[in-house]
Amino acid sequence: MNAPVQMRKPKETGVPDNKKYLHPLLAKNYGNWKYHDRPRPGVLHHVSHSGDEVWSVRAGTQRQMDVYTIRTLCDIADKFAEGRVRFTIRSNIEFMVSEEKKVAPLIAELEKHGFPVGGTGNSVTMIAHTQGWLHCDIPGTDASGVVKALMDELVDEFKREEMPNRVHLSTSCCEINCGGQADIAIIVQHTKPPVINHDLVANVCERPAVVARCPVAAIRPAMVNGKPSLEIDESKCMCCGACYPPCPPMQINDPENSKLAIWVGGKNSNARGKPTFMKMVASGYPNNAPRWPEVSEAVKNIIRVYKEDARPWERMADWIDRIGWPRFFEKTGLPFTKYLIDDWRGSRYNLNASTHIRF
Amino acid sequence: MAKKMYDTPNLDELEKGEWPSFVTGLKRLAKEKDLMVDLLGQLETSYKTRKGYWKGGTVGVFGYGGGVIPRFTELKDENGQPVYKDAAEFHTLRVMPPPGMHYDTGTLRQFCDIWEKHGSGLIAFHGQSGDIMFQGCSTENVQKAFDEINEMGFDLGGAGPAVRTSMSCVGAARCEQSCYDEAQAHRAVLNTFLDDLHRPSLPYKFKFKFSGCPNDCMNAIQRSDMAVIGTWRDNIRSDEALAKKWFAKHGMDELVNDVVARCPTKTFQVKELKKIKKGEHITSVAVSDTHGVEIDNQDCVRCMHCINVMTGALAPGKDKGASVLVGGKSHLKIGGLMGTVVIPFMKLDTEEQVEKLVDFAQRTIDFFAENALEHERTGEMIERIGLANFLDAMELDVDPAMINSPRMNPYVRTDGWDDEVAKIKAKKQAA
Repeated sequence: MNAPVQMRKPKETGVPDNKKYLHPLLAKNYGNWKYHDRPRPGVLHHVSHSGDEVWSVRAGTQRQMDVYTIRTLCDIADKFAEGRVRFTIRSNIEFMVSEEKKVAPLIAELEKHGFPVGGTGNSVTMIAHTQGWLHCDIPGTDASGVVKALMDELVDEFKREEMPNRVHLSTSCCEINCGGQADIAIIVQHTKPPVINHDLVANVCERPAVVARCPVAAIRPAMVNGKPSLEIDESKCMCCGACYPPCPPMQINDPENSKLAIWVGGKNSNARGKPTFMKMVASGYPNNAPRWPEVSEAVKNIIRVYKEDARPWERMADWIDRIGWPRFFEKTGLPFTKYLIDDWRGSRYNLNASTHIRF
Repeated sequence: MAKKMYDTPNLDELEKGEWPSFVTGLKRLAKEKDLMVDLLGQLETSYKTRKGYWKGGTVGVFGYGGGVIPRFTELKDENGQPVYKDAAEFHTLRVMPPPGMHYDTGTLRQFCDIWEKHGSGLIAFHGQSGDIMFQGCSTENVQKAFDEINEMGFDLGGAGPAVRTSMSCVGAARCEQSCYDEAQAHRAVLNTFLDDLHRPSLPYKFKFKFSGCPNDCMNAIQRSDMAVIGTWRDNIRSDEALAKKWFAKHGMDELVNDVVARCPTKTFQVKELKKIKKGEHITSVAVSDTHGVEIDNQDCVRCMHCINVMTGALAPGKDKGASVLVGGKSHLKIGGLMGTVVIPFMKLDTEEQVEKLVDFAQRTIDFFAENALEHERTGEMIERIGLANFLDAMELDVDPAMINSPRMNPYVRTDGWDDEVAKIKAKKQAA
């Protein structure tokens, strides 16, 4: 008999302390910063009450990085940034440097290796995104590919600060919306109820849990071909896909009928108005891998109109507040259809209970 | 050297263009690893058929119940065998980042070496919950990779119905708007719940996020069950030299149109210097020899706009702390919910004060664990039972800062009104 294998017990160390990873100037001036400005797009210049200054150079990455890419970024950090980097929530990388004269050579080095410098201030920054076909178990589309295709189109706006205010984008490969709230979001919108493989349901799915998961109570237990399964009231089903994660035999993804929708006007910050959720403004774009040209063109069009029409410091939501929804649809050329009128709980708060109408 | 690559005409399209290409990275890895050759084969198939081919399962490390996202291929041939057998298992390890996502290159290089040895060599900085995602590992190698990462001082993140990995902004390390030590609060809270993080047993997920100011760079209000957002109680600070510098560059039109007109409560005014009020709640600063800014801080909602525009000229006050909002989440099941205020302000300067936040988080999680239905988020639970019941259970005093407006319908039983008034009066007298 083999001796029992001694398993290593995990060290439950939790969230590590970040102090040892901080750039020396960041550690020295922790909690003592006075102000910042941006000498050029992609560069933040922070000044401490102590008089110390630090320049942060921000560059875009592909987020899913191979070790060779990461080592290249490390080489650059070792050469210019005292071996320290940080990442932003949108997967940009930042190099902190202690002397202004290092900024230009650092930018040149990053660009030489194909990392665009930008994403600061009033730019279109990197797209927050999810896993998609690369790794998700329930994706309606890819994520990294959509983002790559779109960022190729928007890279000039990433490198400039010419937008009225910052533009945050996100993509999500199903309606769970892991990509989060953004000024413009691309989200898969299923258009047909799930197709059920009745042979598998009994063995794979916990049926009461699936029934409970449906937001509109459209799923009920049923015997199909002598086997316990589930059935859907297709007149109630609004194709959200919530049943698919707990019950993969309820296939919601469909190469033709799972479409892409565009949402606008989400804002995380409390600046000016309170935070806002984004609103659906278009749907029906084909899931057209590998470069998704239709939805990409639609997003670029919204960005173009916003750039021309919004006033300084108006985020997408602020701009639409000023010009109103009728003008938004008119200016962007997007058709306003009945599917954009909310009918979910609380929907009456989204209707116009006034005579405030722009003509 | 790895085996021969498959043709990937769809993915090849994603090597074109200026933005860094993840496909180029995958191909570099595929030169050395059969796993990545087959991963590219399956991904190319997804691009052709527009379908995903991964399913979950149960893979973990010894001692933990979560933190590994198992992925097994569902792309099988007619005999039920994986079409791309070397990528039949492609699990992810979620690893918690340091607060603010700061790293030294030694750490990053060590991550690379470990993942090149045991995994695919593909690492995402970071996932949407903030984890470092070590993507692509066989079942056999998960434990080996974890053991080495764990020895470096890093720990797995959350998955499933558990406390999840948290994020905090760059904060005090490099931002003048920081209103508390985000990293300290982040670690104090999260490291209290490691059992609930590593061994999923809650009704559903529970997320914390930490933003240092109301700009909420971590998207905490919309994306976390408990949002800790820095703010301040006293007056906005000003710096005349920087205010004059700003005005000299931007001028009166921008001051009026970009700042005065965009103040949500219209408390920010531009006045002739001689007309500017003095007083306990007034912030004032000259921008030129004739004009200045006047802010009545009692009417200020700490939105950050004027401070964002005139950084340095204006700054958050000195009496700093945080607001706590509870109940944010995304769509499923009842629709998106934002967190709502349950603690308008708390100080977080000392360890004792941070301990109070930890205690509140503990009581919230305990209540959630006992009262939420299965697969119900905290925000949905509060919607079901009413905020007042939640506050009562948490022993938090009601506060008009928690609402947009009082109720707009009469459907409430109020026979406890006099008792409530008496309680509030007694509390005021005792204070």
